[in-house]
Amino acid sequence: MKLVIIKYNAGNIQSVLYALERIGVEAVVTDDESLIRAADKVIFPGVGEASTAMNYLKERGLDQIIKSLTQPVLGICLGMQLMCAYSEENDTPCLGIFDEQVKQFKPDAKEQAELKVPQIGWNTIYDLKTSLFNDLKENSYCYFVHGYYAAKGIHTIATTDYVLPYSAALYRDNFYGVQFHPEKSAVIGEQILKNFIQL
Amino acid sequence: MLTKRIIPCLDIRDGRTVKGINFENIRDAGDPVELGAFYAAQGADELVFLDITATNEKRKTLSELVNRISHHINIPFTVGGGISSVEDVSVLLQNGADKISVNTSAFKNPELIKDLAKEFGSQCVVLAIDTKLESDGNWYVYLNGGRVKTDTKCVDWAKQAVDLGAGEILLTSMNHDGTKQGFALDITATLAKLLPVPVIASGGGGTMEHFVDVFNIAKADAALAASIFHFKEIGIPELKQYLNEKGIVVRI
Repeated sequence: MKLVIIKYNAGNIQSVLYALERIGVEAVVTDDESLIRAADKVIFPGVGEASTAMNYLKERGLDQIIKSLTQPVLGICLGMQLMCAYSEENDTPCLGIFDEQVKQFKPDAKEQAELKVPQIGWNTIYDLKTSLFNDLKENSYCYFVHGYYAAKGIHTIATTDYVLPYSAALYRDNFYGVQFHPEKSAVIGEQILKNFIQL
Repeated sequence: MLTKRIIPCLDIRDGRTVKGINFENIRDAGDPVELGAFYAAQGADELVFLDITATNEKRKTLSELVNRISHHINIPFTVGGGISSVEDVSVLLQNGADKISVNTSAFKNPELIKDLAKEFGSQCVVLAIDTKLESDGNWYVYLNGGRVKTDTKCVDWAKQAVDLGAGEILLTSMNHDGTKQGFALDITATLAKLLPVPVIASGGGGTMEHFVDVFNIAKADAALAASIFHFKEIGIPELKQYLNEKGIVVRI
C-alpha cells in the first residue's frame, strides 16, 4: 500500500508521519504530482493559517491536484478546513470539496471566561457516520486545537460541541476530513488512522 | 464538552528524568520516553518535558530525545527549557514537539513571542511564568527558574504576552510549588478570568481535592504536577475518577 502525506507549509507533518509509524504504516512525504496521483491513500495534514496555506498550495498547483484526486483522501485540522468552500480566516476561498463554510468561534461575553479561543484540548465526537469511525464508541474523546470551525452541513459525519455544535468530520465521495488531530488522540486517533488505511 | 486537562511534568537533565522513581511496571523510570508513555497509557491528557540542562552543547541531546518521544507517545507534548530563538523552536517542532514553552528568554525579548506566533502559530507557543506573592500583596514575575526577581506584575506580563501571541499560559506559583498545600487559587483565577487563552495551573497540588478547587474555584483549564505523580501519591486514573465524581468533565 502506498500512502502519501502531502508536503506543504503545514506544522504537523512529522507528527502524522510518526503516528503512522506507530501503527506500522510507512508513508512518503511529497509534493510531487506523480507520486501523489499514484498513491493508494493520501493524507492532507495542516496546522497554520488558511490564506498562507492556500497561497502556498496554489503557487505549486497542489490545489488543483488535491481536488482532482480519486483515491481516499484524509484532511486533518487545517487540511479539512481548506477542503471546505470558504474560510473566514483572512477571507479565504478554499478548495470547495465540501460546501460547508469555515467560521470563527465567537463565544458571547457571558461564555468567554469558560470558552477560550482557540479551543485546546480533548472533546467528544458524536453522531458518527461512515467506516472512518468503525469500532469507535459515540462520544469518544479526540484532541482539538483550533479557533475556526466548519459549520454543520450535509457532509457532516461527526459532530462536536464547543460554543455550538459543529462538524468534527466531513465526508464526500472519496474525501474525508477531521477537525481533530488523530495523530495526537491516543488510541482513539490510532483507530481512526487504521480505519482510513483500511478504507 | 471540552475537558479539563491533567498534565504530568517531567524534568530532564542530560536526556534523563531527574526524579527517577520507583515504578514496578516501568523498566527504566529514568528514561523520559518510558515514563511519558506510562503516563499517556494512564490517561494523562498532555505531557510537559522541561529540560533543566538546556546548555548549548546539550541541545542536540534534547532534539534527539524529542524525536524519540514523538515516535513513541500518542498524546500532545510541550518542550521547554532554554529556548531562546525561532531556530531552537523550529528544530524541536521538526522533531515532533507539539508546543514549546518559553519563560526568561521571552521576558527579556518579548518580540520572541511575536516571532514564534507568526512563524508557527499561537497554538504552539506556551508562555511559562514563575510568579511569587510579595508582602505588598502583588504577584511578581521571577526569572531564571525563580532566582531573579523583576518589578513586573504577573498580570501585566501575562496580558502583554497574550497580546503578542502566546497561546497558553503555564502559571507556577513559587509560594505554593513543592508545598503540597494546594494551588494558588487567587492568581490562577485572576488570569483565567482575564485572559482569552487557556491557563495551566502549576505548583502546590498535593491532594485530589486541590485539583477540584483549581478547576472549580480558580477555573483553570489544566493542572500540572510532577512529584505527586512521580512518587505515586496520586494516580492519574484515580484522580480523574474523583474529578468525574465531583462533576468536573475529564477524559476517562
